[in-house]
Amino acid sequence: MSSYVKSERQLARERYRRSRAIRSAGIAGTSSLIVVVALVVGIVSSPGWQRVHETFFSWKYAKEAFPSILEGLWLNVRLLFFCGLVILAFGLVLALMRSLRGPVFFPLRALATIYTDLFRGLPVIITLLLMVYGVPALRLSGVTNDPIYLGGAALVLTYSAYVAEVFRAGIESVHPSQRAAARSLGLSWRLTMRYVVLPQAVRRVVPPLLNDMVSLQKDTGLVSIAGAVDAVYAAQIYTGQTFNYTSYVVAGLVFVVLTIPMTRLTDWVTARMNRRQSQGGVV
Amino acid sequence: MSTAVLRAESVRKVFGSHVVLDDVDLEVPAHTVTVLIGASGSGKSTLLRCANLLETVDDGAIWLEDREITDPRENADRVRQRIGVVFQAYNLFPHLSVLENITLAPRRVHGVARREAEDRARALLDRLGLAGKADDYPDRLSGGQQQRVAIVRALATDPKLLLLDEITAALDPELVGEVLEVVRSLKEDGMTMVIATHEMGFAREVADQVCFLADGRVHERGTAAEIFGAPQEPRTQQFLRRITEAHRL
Repeated sequence: MSSYVKSERQLARERYRRSRAIRSAGIAGTSSLIVVVALVVGIVSSPGWQRVHETFFSWKYAKEAFPSILEGLWLNVRLLFFCGLVILAFGLVLALMRSLRGPVFFPLRALATIYTDLFRGLPVIITLLLMVYGVPALRLSGVTNDPIYLGGAALVLTYSAYVAEVFRAGIESVHPSQRAAARSLGLSWRLTMRYVVLPQAVRRVVPPLLNDMVSLQKDTGLVSIAGAVDAVYAAQIYTGQTFNYTSYVVAGLVFVVLTIPMTRLTDWVTARMNRRQSQGGVV
Repeated sequence: MSTAVLRAESVRKVFGSHVVLDDVDLEVPAHTVTVLIGASGSGKSTLLRCANLLETVDDGAIWLEDREITDPRENADRVRQRIGVVFQAYNLFPHLSVLENITLAPRRVHGVARREAEDRARALLDRLGLAGKADDYPDRLSGGQQQRVAIVRALATDPKLLLLDEITAALDPELVGEVLEVVRSLKEDGMTMVIATHEMGFAREVADQVCFLADGRVHERGTAAEIFGAPQEPRTQQFLRRITEAHRL
């Protein structure tokens, strides 16, 4: 085994694969370059380009608007983080409530079903308006009037309904034989969920969950309708002062830049989980 | 001797630091049956998966008839179109009926007309005693029936070579017979096959050539009579003794 030396044939094969890899990379690079150049030339040579360049892509305005947008973005990030955590936890609880079996749990099941039906159906903007204007109007003592908290609560209401359905789909996708095997080992419903069903279910739903989180990240901007200054609202304020739209482009880019690492991270995590479990092979 | 349908030379396969196949040679002449025996993890399945290009070899080469299929220039889909595979766990598509499972490759890959593909599928099903099952879904069939459908599916594209990977290992004992019966009749038809199996009685009966694998190497090869009658290598003797003891229990 230690005496193994690669044969001439294998060396030739590896050389061929390497040259193929380099060739494909070359082709990919060239074709990407052509597409990008064509797009840039097409846009830049359009008759309105000069004007668009000034109002949307002005470096001067971008630099000026950037600090306030970044400050606004901090609100988006905080909302995303805290709402995200609450949503994931609450969504999971809802999903578990819906997957309870037996007549005893009918009220819980029904409640969870009504909840998801209601908040998945309500447009998020309406939930938000009801929360930020409706709740303060009740004049309850001890309840905050802060639009950030109330807006965050509205996001939690809507998104946990979505996330609950994603979790439920994951739970139901785990083959019944897994449940049967776990229960046969004497594991209770709770232990079966905790150690057998959920670990498999959650892995499967990581990509759709990420989808919801990215969507949430953008919807955190909606809290600005009640006056909280987030990245989009900061951009809007700046545009209102200067009549230049560059700040919107900057805010948009900042959001994109924020989602990319998140996507790559989950891709990597899912790929690693798959590698560990699957048989492998080339197909 | 006629030319080999499948030929492997110094095949090596490594998973991480584990050498699964180490310098394996194999020659399968046309219209013969080669049986691979050996303990679980000895490399039987990996060898079959390499022959079907489901795994890439890490050294050595495999030929299907006169073409080196392990050449990276070779189109793997083209190679697989000429090889039929039956898996241990059947691997039927649960969302397709029996007839659709069988006609999928002939229609979509080989461009056979629907009527023709279905007629041929029904004829094969009929021959294997599955005449009434064409429109059923796989999950409604017994294990033995599912595995026979899987064999029909592998045969439907008229392969040069059939690879059978422990096809009875997941079956109830009373269903093993019906599947092996099918393999017997394929041998009578002159089908070239490579079979990985734990059914020693069956191996002895159908094999023209038996290869004993252990730790990724072919420790001994010969006719069924040689290997089962008078094994030479201590590893082979030990393996066969254990199997015989297990069957006596």
